[in-house]
Amino acid sequence: MARSKLFKVWYNVSMFLSDEKIIELEKKANDIRESIIEMLLEAGSGHTAGPLGMADIFTLFYFHILKHDPKNPAWEERDRLVLSNGHICPVLYATMAHAGYFPIEELKTLRKFGTRLQGHPHREYLPMLETSSGPLGEGLSQAIGMALADRMDSSAPFTRGERSRTIYCFMSDGELDEGNSWEAIMFAGKNKLRNLIVVVDRNNIQIDGFTEDTMPLEPLADKWRAFNWQVIEIEGHDFQVINKAVEEAQEISEKPTVIISHNIPGKGVREFESNYKWHGYDPNSGKSKEDYSMALNELRTLGGKIKSEHQ
Amino acid sequence: MLNPNLKLNPKIFNDDPSNPSGQVLEQVPIRKGFGEGLLKAGEADKNVVALCADLTESTQMNFFKEKFPERFIEVGVAEQNLVTISSGMAAMGKIPFCSSYAMFSPGRNWEQIRTTIAYNDRKVVIVGSHAGVSVGPDGGSHQALEDIALMRVIPNMDVISPCDAVEAKKATLILAKGSQSKRPAYLRLAREKTPIITTEETPFNIGKAEIYWMPDVGLAQVGIIVTGGLMYRALVAAKELEAEGIKTKVMNLSTIKPIDTDAIVALAKETKRIVTVEEHQVMGGMGSAVAEVLAKNYPTAIEFIGVQDKFGQSGTPDELVEHYGMGKNSIKEAVMKILSRKI
Repeated sequence: MARSKLFKVWYNVSMFLSDEKIIELEKKANDIRESIIEMLLEAGSGHTAGPLGMADIFTLFYFHILKHDPKNPAWEERDRLVLSNGHICPVLYATMAHAGYFPIEELKTLRKFGTRLQGHPHREYLPMLETSSGPLGEGLSQAIGMALADRMDSSAPFTRGERSRTIYCFMSDGELDEGNSWEAIMFAGKNKLRNLIVVVDRNNIQIDGFTEDTMPLEPLADKWRAFNWQVIEIEGHDFQVINKAVEEAQEISEKPTVIISHNIPGKGVREFESNYKWHGYDPNSGKSKEDYSMALNELRTLGGKIKSEHQ
Repeated sequence: MLNPNLKLNPKIFNDDPSNPSGQVLEQVPIRKGFGEGLLKAGEADKNVVALCADLTESTQMNFFKEKFPERFIEVGVAEQNLVTISSGMAAMGKIPFCSSYAMFSPGRNWEQIRTTIAYNDRKVVIVGSHAGVSVGPDGGSHQALEDIALMRVIPNMDVISPCDAVEAKKATLILAKGSQSKRPAYLRLAREKTPIITTEETPFNIGKAEIYWMPDVGLAQVGIIVTGGLMYRALVAAKELEAEGIKTKVMNLSTIKPIDTDAIVALAKETKRIVTVEEHQVMGGMGSAVAEVLAKNYPTAIEFIGVQDKFGQSGTPDELVEHYGMGKNSIKEAVMKILSRKI
C-alpha cells in the first residue's frame, strides 16, 4: 500500500527509513519542539525536560512506526501507544496535533479551564487518547492488559514478517520507583508478551534531582533481564537507531522487549542542551553539581518563565 | 411478615435443623453465589474474563478458571497490577471481573482503581471478597470494614452489596451483561456462609431497594435498612419485634450507589425513625449514605448498627458479629432506643 501523503493511513510491513524521510522527520521533530515550548509558555506551567527529550521518539512513532489513522482515532486495528508517564503530555499533544489528530492551534489551550488538553492526559476530555494517566506506574499494566486481550483474540500465531499489532508503552525512568511498575514487569516476563514493546525515557532525572541520587536504578538493564525481558539500549536522538531498535524488538518472539533510551532532557533547545551532557553528572566535566542543578532549573522553568513541577 | 410479592425464601425462619418437615434453611457463602454467577456469565459472553491475585479458590473464581483457563489471568499477590491490567483489558472490549480480599482490593489499590478504572472510565467489576468481620480467625488485618466508604466516594463507581448468594449471582450476571449500568462497579462479598434469603424469582435491580419485611397490618414504626449478609439477623429481629408489638419494615439496600433515594425517603416518611445495619464501620458506609439522603431530603432520626470505629480481630464469625454490636439483639436494642428518642 503506497503512501501519498505523510498523514494517510498505511500498513507498514517494511520499516525502512530513507534519508529523505529522515530529513522530513528532523524538521517535524523541530516543529514539535517549538510547539512544546510555545504551549508551555502559554500555559505558564507544565513539564519541559521529558517532553523535549522524547520529541524525537514521538516523532518517529507517530510519523513512521505506528499503524494508525489520525482521522480515525478509534480505528480498531490501530497500534496502541500507552503513555504511562502522563506528565510529559506536552510532547504527546504536540505530536498528535502535528500528525493531524486535532488543530495545532488548540495546543495553546493546554492546562486551561475547559480545555481538551488537560494537564495530565484525560480520556474524558480527549477521547482519542489510549488512556488517562498522570499517577506513575500504572500505564505498563494497562498496556499488558491490552496485549493480553490481543493474544486471547488472535486466532493465528504471529508469523515472521507479518506484524498484526503491537502494544507500545512509554515510561519514564523515575516511574520505575513505583512497585506497580515491577509487578507489571514481572507479569509480562512470565507471560512472554512478545506483542509488547516498552520505551523507557532514561534521562536520569526525576523531580527531586538525579535518579541515581534519589533512588538509583542502575544496573537497570540487568534488572529488566532478570525479569525475563529482552533489553535494547540506545541513544534516543538518532532516527535510524531508534527505528532499528523497534524493528529488532518486533522480531523478538519469546519475550517482551524494553528499549532503554538514553535521552538528553531539554534536547533540541541549544541553550539547554549545549551546556551540559545529560547522561548523569559527569565529575570530569569541570562543572559542579550545583551548576547542573541550576541548568536543570533553567530548563524546567524555561528560564524562569513557567512554574515547574519541583517548585 | 415477609413481603409476599418478592417470593423470598419461605424457609427463612426454619432455624430448627430437626424440623420434621425437613426444610432446613440453606446457608451458602455470598462469595459462592458470585463464583457461580461468574461461570454463567463466562458461558454467556466470551468477552468476560477473570483476574485474580493468588486467591482463586477463596474468591470462588476456580469454577470459571476450570472451564475457561484461557480467559483466566493469575497476577500473583499484586493487587495494583490486578486492577490496572483489568483496565487495559476493558479498553479492548473485554469485561473483566477481578477479585481479591476487600482489604487488598480496593484496600491496597484504591488509587489505581480510581485513576485507571473510574476516572479513565473502563468497565471493570472489582470484586472485594471477605468483607466484614465474618472473615473470622484471620483477624483484623484481613477484615475490611472501610471498603464501602472507599468505593462509594469515587465518582463513576457503582457499589453493590448482595444480601445472599442468590442475589450475588444475579448481581454478577447483571453486571456482566451491562444492561442496567455501564459504569465500573464494586461487588462486596463475604466469606462465611449465611442464610439464603431470596429465591430466583426475587427481583434484583441495580439501584433499587426492596422491602423484605413489613407489618402484617398498619404502618411501620421503625425502618431497618440493611445491606449484606446481616439481613438474616435483621429479619429475625423484625419477626421477634413484631411478636413484641413493634412494627418495622426491613429494607434490603443492596445497591449503595446509585442509592435508591425515593425508597429511603418513603420509608423515612412512613416511620420517622431509621436503623441502618451493615458489617462495616458506621463512619462512611451505607448508614452514612442513608444519612446523607435523609439530611438532604427528609431529616430523620437514625441509629447506626455497624462497627463503632474499631478494628476487627480473630474469632468465629458469630462471636465477632455479636461482639461488635451487629447481632440480632443489638439490632433490636437499636430499634427500642430509637423509639425512645425524642424527635
